Amino acid sequence: MKSAVIVFPASNCDRDAATALEKITARKPLMVWHEETSLPKVDFVVIPGGFSYGDYLRSGAIAARSPIVRDIVQKAKNGLPVAGFCNGFQILTESGLLPGALMRNKGLRFVCRPQKLGITNKNSMFTKAYKDTSEVVFPIAHFDGNYFADDETLRRLRKSGQIVFKYKDNPNGSANDIAGICNEMGNVLGMMPHPERAVDPVHGGTDGVLLFKSVMESIQ
Amino acid sequence: MKARIHIGLKPGVLDPQGRTIKRSLAHLGFDGVSKARQGKTIDLDLDFDDKELAMRKVTQMCEKLLANTVIENYEIKIT
Repeated sequence: MKSAVIVFPASNCDRDAATALEKITARKPLMVWHEETSLPKVDFVVIPGGFSYGDYLRSGAIAARSPIVRDIVQKAKNGLPVAGFCNGFQILTESGLLPGALMRNKGLRFVCRPQKLGITNKNSMFTKAYKDTSEVVFPIAHFDGNYFADDETLRRLRKSGQIVFKYKDNPNGSANDIAGICNEMGNVLGMMPHPERAVDPVHGGTDGVLLFKSVMESIQ
Repeated sequence: MKARIHIGLKPGVLDPQGRTIKRSLAHLGFDGVSKARQGKTIDLDLDFDDKELAMRKVTQMCEKLLANTVIENYEIKIT
């Protein structure tokens, strides 16, 4: 599987994502600078976590309007698999690829801890390799992770199985305990937790590995 | 020509910062505040002469970048 990691000014999980992808896919991903206007030919794109553009205006707002994201939006609409973790999720909602918005955490605190999650859609292209979907643990580290969408959107997400991950003990006030969602087509995933930081025993857990393996299985 | 844009959370969207401000005001002895909402202001200097054109352009700016209309409302004043 050929993959790419997008790099914005103040991305800080781009190398974590690259290390995870290289370890799991046995190929170095391409690192793509945000000013590029078109993606190289790849099978999977990761929009990494961090504080793109210093979170100016709103988290992810400026990055979502960068040249490379315009091309990602177009290709994702044609089926290219894309995953955004943490700031990547914020960028995906700001770009319109995913519905809703990520607001300031309800407790007004930056939360940084291992987080228990349930997989609520086990057939998605990002979760199908998980045998046990009852609980996975990924790190979280964010200030703006409080997922908001209007009632109708939430109903639609529930009905169509677009809620992929849910928090076990909601750390930020997210509606319906939502930790991660996908688009209607199922090829774009956004989540606040960090699966790319749970791929090696030294991380404290390896629950993230199967997420990347799911994508590999799905595109073969 | 200048534009002042006020951006705030839509009614019904929980504003934890506003709630904390209200609580802090109460701690300082300022009673009688029943609600606080936090927003932001953006000031733009514009090179337009036509007020209507300026309004149209700034509205586009709000829709495309300055506000996230999923959660925020905006109000534009052109002077």
